[in-house]
Amino acid sequence: MCRLFSITSNDPLSPMVAIRAIDVMKEGHDGSGVGLFLTDLGGEFENFKEQPILSGIFSNEGLKTLDRFMIDQDFMVKYKLSIKPAKTPPAGTPKRDNYVIRVYEYPAEWEGLSKEEINLRLMMIQLKLRSMGEQDESMLIFSFWPDVIMMKEVGDPLSVAQYLGLDREELKVRVILGQGRQNTNYAINIYACHPFFIQGTASATNGENTAFVPIREFLCSRNFPGYTGYNSDSEVFTHILHYMQNQLGMGMEMYKHIITPLKDTELDRHPDGMWLRKLKQSCRPLIIDGPNCVIGCLPDKSIFMVQDSKKLRPGVVGGKPGMFAFSSEMCGLDATIPDRYSNFDYQPMKYETVLVSRERQEIKKWNQLEPLTHPH
Amino acid sequence: MESVGTINPSTLSVKDLLWQIMWNKDKCTLCGQCTAVCPVRAIELGVHRKRTLQVPVGLEEKPSNLFSVYFGINQRTDVAHACVGCGMCNLVCPNGAIMPLRSDEIDKFRFHANQGGEPRRRGGRRNAPDSVLDKIKFVRISMLTDPALDAGRHEFELRTLLGRILPPEEMLKVSKENGWMPPIREIYPLIIGSMSFGALSPNMWEGLQMGVAYLNEELGMPVRICTGEGGCPSRLLKSRFLKYVILQIASGYFGWDEIIHNLPYMKEDPCAIEIKYGQGAKPGDGGLLMWYKVNKLIAAIRGVPQGVSLPSPPTHQTKYSIEEAVAKMIQSMYMAWGFRVPVYPKISATSTTLAVLNNLTRNHYAAGLAIDGEDGGTGAAYNVSMNHMGHPIASNLRDAYLNLVKLGKQNEIPLFAGGGIGKNGNLAANAAALIMLGASGVQTGKYIMQAAAGCLGSEADRCNVCNIGVCPKGITSQDSRLDRRLDPEKVAQRIVDVYLNFDTELKKIFAPLGRSTSLPIGMSDALGIDDAAAAERLNIKYVL
Repeated sequence: MCRLFSITSNDPLSPMVAIRAIDVMKEGHDGSGVGLFLTDLGGEFENFKEQPILSGIFSNEGLKTLDRFMIDQDFMVKYKLSIKPAKTPPAGTPKRDNYVIRVYEYPAEWEGLSKEEINLRLMMIQLKLRSMGEQDESMLIFSFWPDVIMMKEVGDPLSVAQYLGLDREELKVRVILGQGRQNTNYAINIYACHPFFIQGTASATNGENTAFVPIREFLCSRNFPGYTGYNSDSEVFTHILHYMQNQLGMGMEMYKHIITPLKDTELDRHPDGMWLRKLKQSCRPLIIDGPNCVIGCLPDKSIFMVQDSKKLRPGVVGGKPGMFAFSSEMCGLDATIPDRYSNFDYQPMKYETVLVSRERQEIKKWNQLEPLTHPH
Repeated sequence: MESVGTINPSTLSVKDLLWQIMWNKDKCTLCGQCTAVCPVRAIELGVHRKRTLQVPVGLEEKPSNLFSVYFGINQRTDVAHACVGCGMCNLVCPNGAIMPLRSDEIDKFRFHANQGGEPRRRGGRRNAPDSVLDKIKFVRISMLTDPALDAGRHEFELRTLLGRILPPEEMLKVSKENGWMPPIREIYPLIIGSMSFGALSPNMWEGLQMGVAYLNEELGMPVRICTGEGGCPSRLLKSRFLKYVILQIASGYFGWDEIIHNLPYMKEDPCAIEIKYGQGAKPGDGGLLMWYKVNKLIAAIRGVPQGVSLPSPPTHQTKYSIEEAVAKMIQSMYMAWGFRVPVYPKISATSTTLAVLNNLTRNHYAAGLAIDGEDGGTGAAYNVSMNHMGHPIASNLRDAYLNLVKLGKQNEIPLFAGGGIGKNGNLAANAAALIMLGASGVQTGKYIMQAAAGCLGSEADRCNVCNIGVCPKGITSQDSRLDRRLDPEKVAQRIVDVYLNFDTELKKIFAPLGRSTSLPIGMSDALGIDDAAAAERLNIKYVL
């Protein structure tokens, strides 16, 4: 089972904080991969909040293709973080030519475009680059979005992070989502590494998603080009969240009502039961069946955790004003925020959603059995 | 009687028949129960003359003949009285002295079962025991990476939806505007398929209805039953139990006078309306209730004269095109119940299923589509229709589902599959396979008759005399002397047994796949089959 960790902090932190927490939970993952989603960036990236950042791994050839493509699109590189890995990669990690993190300047002709249009175009460029590099694996693209950096690599999380030199001064962030991977695919595909990302929304999961195929079919048939990939059965959790927010216009409190709706008998007693029943029916193919713990980050930089309806996976949240962390295991939390008041630690159960918003003052909790705050 | 019998082309010997009576003289008590019970009078009292040659020792007495007579069974061999293999003789025999055995070769009877140029008609279903559904295995077992669930302890929600389900975006819009939302029923995924009042005896019907009512009201299982084309007794129409019933309208419109007249008195809406355009057992052919079974009661409910055969037309005569059928008929049926009752068509599986389905996707009222495969059963049909007409359900259902996936409407129009589910006794496994191929639920008729009422029919052409009203178990007869063999209370009890057993078996399939909170509709990654061509056709795993 993979181990998840996320942290949100008023003061920018090194990604190594999350890596160390994942390392503490090492008994629970086999070091077959690591993925990081970094947002609300500090350090050098503080100056480029609005500009899209491209994250990925490129071969030398792929880098040339990227440059040609981006110039054709009229994107100019504004800043780049050069990652110079050590000569010898750790055991299990392949030798790569280039780890790329580049901030781009928007093309002049994009000026005046609506937010939706820009968001769509950014996603389409990411998809285009991904498909261009898919054949020869010359380009592996993880994200192309403002204020977001993503890294994924095969190998032991701590060794990989040290190898990539993630403890550098320029790289400081306020929100980190990380996963230490227990690989369940025989061939390790880097696109199957969590977290997954689409248009500002990211999530990581542990456990298998037994309802994967019908969910994938449903998402693929929504006519939204971003609902693609699915090298991992967990990618659908990110896309369901995106679909709910962007296509259905619903807030986070509805996520559980979609992926783990209340049972019919519970709906009978719920004050918004009639409406929730309709929602359950319409979103029936999106019901997950666990066992899954999902942590994620929303476009507004809130981070959250939810569990499947049988609560078959561990997950705990705790912290102090200014800094909160979500962890698969208590030891990850202890290692990261030892000076918190641990009596306030919280383990969300099958009905709950827990969320820490960007203000980082408290853990917000919603229970599915409660009335909806914004009746639809 | 001539000393040498005349041999006609259709003169058959016992050896020529499909079913041959084996009778043991030593065990027989001559009680006569077998001859009395035989539904087709295939056996009769036989008076046999026997000569014994007596050859005494010595020369004093000459050899002589001793003629004796013994009584026993005589199997008739004329076409009209050929044994149907039901085995009732064996059931009633106190000593087990008699039993029908199936011929060891292809019988000669089949070449003559068309006397007077009338093709053979019968009940039952396709005489072929093979089943693709039986070959499908559930191969995605949760192992360690995700724990298998406990079928006995976990909570399961084995429910499905019948009704047009709006896509989420539209549901939100309609909800915001306080608009009309199509009615949706949350039901158990195993529906008792359409068997009409008329095809079934009153006792069988009553037993089914009681069983369904018990399942709903005592066990909380929302099981639904479809009437078939034959109307519904007024007492049921006016009762609160109507909500467990799917009323069927078919091309003969039998029983609909009664239904319409009862509309103002209905306390509950029916579960749904099924418009039958076709059925798997006799695709492209209308319903058929033969005159033997049209007695006073049936005639009254159906609004027809007594003692006449009731063949429904193959199509709805007032509908000349799919637009008419789908758009107008569905809408007018909606209108009859104030748009509160889902209306869906049922068709026989056909290579043109997708044409129908695509039309339904564009009709905002269509509440689903029931597809009945070639293995579906019937109370009466031409033998040729049953054996040779129709499309297997598995690939047809799969095509329909994948077509909906392509359109993004897989959750909007629930598909219900029927036809041969549980034909070899594997009801839960067959149902689960169809659900994972994309069905929202399944319909079954013959399994229910076999399990709940002891129907003797089989795919080896056993019994199958449902059409002429002589059902030896009283299931499909309209003769009160036969009906009374069937105790409705016992049928109801068996219905409950069947459903409880099905429920447990379904959980035993779903739990190891890690599924419990919703029906695994379209979970095709769990399926495998040891037939490469079938795997490719169904888009599931090939396993050896």
